[in-house]
Amino acid sequence: MDRTVLLGNEAVARGIAESGCRVAAGYPGTPSTEILEAVSRSAPGIAAQWSPNEKVALEVAYGACIAGARAVTVMKHVGLNVAADPLFTFAYAGVNAGLVIVDADDPGQWSSQNEQDNRHYARHAKVPMLEPASPEEARCFVKRAFELSEEHDCPVIVRLTTRIAHSRALVGSAPREDPAPRPFPRDPRKYVMIPAHGRERHSVLEKTMERLREVSDTTDLNRLELASTRRGIICDAVAYQYVRETCPEDSILKIGMVWPLPDALIRRLAEHVAELAVVEELDPFIEEHVRALGIAVALGKDRLPRCGELNADLVDAALNGRAPARVHPEPPFALPPRLPELCGGCPYAMVFAALRELDLNVFGDIGCYTLGALEPHGAMHTQASMGASVGMHLGAEKADAGQARRSVAVIGDSTFIHSGITGLIDLVYNQGTGTVIVLDNRTTAMTGHQDHPGTGRTLRGEPTACLDLAAVARAVGVRRVRVIDPVAEEGLQQMIAEEVAAPEPSVIIVTRPCLLLNKT
Amino acid sequence: MPTNVVFAGVGGQGVLLSCRLLLQAAQDEGHDVKGSEVHGMAQRGGSVDGHVRFGHDVASPVIRAGSASYLVCFELLEAARALPCLAAGGTLLCAEIRIDPAPVAAGEADYPGEVAAWLSGAVEHALILDARTALRESGIPLRCVNVFMLGALSAHLDFAESTWERAMRALVKPRHIEPNLQAFALGRDAAVREIAQHARSGG
Repeated sequence: MDRTVLLGNEAVARGIAESGCRVAAGYPGTPSTEILEAVSRSAPGIAAQWSPNEKVALEVAYGACIAGARAVTVMKHVGLNVAADPLFTFAYAGVNAGLVIVDADDPGQWSSQNEQDNRHYARHAKVPMLEPASPEEARCFVKRAFELSEEHDCPVIVRLTTRIAHSRALVGSAPREDPAPRPFPRDPRKYVMIPAHGRERHSVLEKTMERLREVSDTTDLNRLELASTRRGIICDAVAYQYVRETCPEDSILKIGMVWPLPDALIRRLAEHVAELAVVEELDPFIEEHVRALGIAVALGKDRLPRCGELNADLVDAALNGRAPARVHPEPPFALPPRLPELCGGCPYAMVFAALRELDLNVFGDIGCYTLGALEPHGAMHTQASMGASVGMHLGAEKADAGQARRSVAVIGDSTFIHSGITGLIDLVYNQGTGTVIVLDNRTTAMTGHQDHPGTGRTLRGEPTACLDLAAVARAVGVRRVRVIDPVAEEGLQQMIAEEVAAPEPSVIIVTRPCLLLNKT
Repeated sequence: MPTNVVFAGVGGQGVLLSCRLLLQAAQDEGHDVKGSEVHGMAQRGGSVDGHVRFGHDVASPVIRAGSASYLVCFELLEAARALPCLAAGGTLLCAEIRIDPAPVAAGEADYPGEVAAWLSGAVEHALILDARTALRESGIPLRCVNVFMLGALSAHLDFAESTWERAMRALVKPRHIEPNLQAFALGRDAAVREIAQHARSGG
């Protein structure tokens, strides 16, 4: 087989194309963003799109699978939170053509607001989850996921992490499949989840999970590598590579299907060895399941960290007592930190300078502009999730009316479209009087300058309808809507001061294209 | 045991391209390869590193502390920061370039004065190359420092010259290929001269 060096995300895109998938929808989010970009570039026959947010993206993909075509949705870990509502009920209804959800987690929070462990979603929503341990496995596991989805009538999640998604390795290829389209199902008992139907479908789902538990025990996605009888290690995803490097003599159970877990294989390993270890990143997801089977775990999260990503050094230290030695001396001088910062000349810097000058409390949001919280800008005081800035700003005013005159919400254009509009509706509907500043740089910048519904171009660069953010604000009922280009026009700070002082809702759209557009 | 190479520099200096070029060349030479990188810093000026491993059946994509045979750096402070990854007896190749991080530019911290000298003393095999002058004298943009340093690394590996050229033609846009090929050759020559000089002086 001809192999090429591919990024993990590119390997996923190849697997998507080789599966005969016809629809792919997602929202940009590190470390998942390159998947949809690669699909768009290399598989022009696939309808690939950025949706406004991950919930819509999953719904688009599900609608495609219902209409008879294999479909995929792609997102980062916190994106699955946004898509979780439909996920739970899609699990009850099942699919028509296969549906795969690719979820890219971020242990170590290289670029995320948390490092939640999305394996819990598989257990909670009752869907199978696969975890590739390399880019080549990522390509293959996507295809296996589609097969499982159709064979067992369920959505399937493929979970990546940064060290798979953003690693490069040799990846093979296979001919593209061409699954026959399926007819649209007229079956409301299966697909319309009123309570009466839902109760039936829940029982069906429980039976599906029982079948999948048996699949987990016999599938080659999980692999028992029996060797030493001294110690056995259960490990999944990239942790398997760290174990392979540091514990070459131990027996290993490599988990590729992490939900349902292969109970029989776990028992076989436990019987073969004197002591059992579990090596997994983040939460003791596998470890707690093993203990619940009544099997003792001699080494797990008591020695391995729950926070941050794992690596071979940590595994070697925990399992073999070997600590990495400092080979070269520490420098005799301090190393000033070099953190990411707003590009020199970024127009957002002017907004933060004005906010700081006006000494306002700033409810912030997610994007390049989050860097405004750091020096030398120092003008953002909260940030937690997409769109939170607007609702939080309203909530503060409800607790203390004076906050509306002392604070603002700051949100980017893509973020506003993703989850800020509903917050603005709340602000107007529930009689807030605050000020929302939309930072409109005409792109989704932090993730690499993707288009969104407000840029007038699709993922493929085709011209399309362009959401008019000022019109949206007016349609929501905001009367004070102001638009300013802070580089071409004066008076930004004065404008902010006026709008904050005004005892009715205001939206200021600060619009200037990102400096880096048209440079890549 | 795979050969481990760490690249380190500042966002925007082209660390990721160097990784990709080395991965491509190593694969072309018949090795199994794995690399890892972190995205997002490219235009935002943070510290960037990339790991490349090549050999037989490479498992982890991440290089362990103290196990890089080569540490290739495009900026002095980042070389000092990345030093823990270098193995005993490993080789440091560093461009003698200083880029002030934000705290230094803001006057809140000092850029250490003696980084190059300290690195030369602390590391047994250290090549600190004046990439800036070499590139400027040949009329090549400074942004090609990443390929210049890759050229310097190539003097230490036994890949065919044609392998490197094929990799660059595969991954560098045609309108940029000429200065990059020249930068590579300059870096390789600079490293070859340094190696010869060390050999002559017996050290």
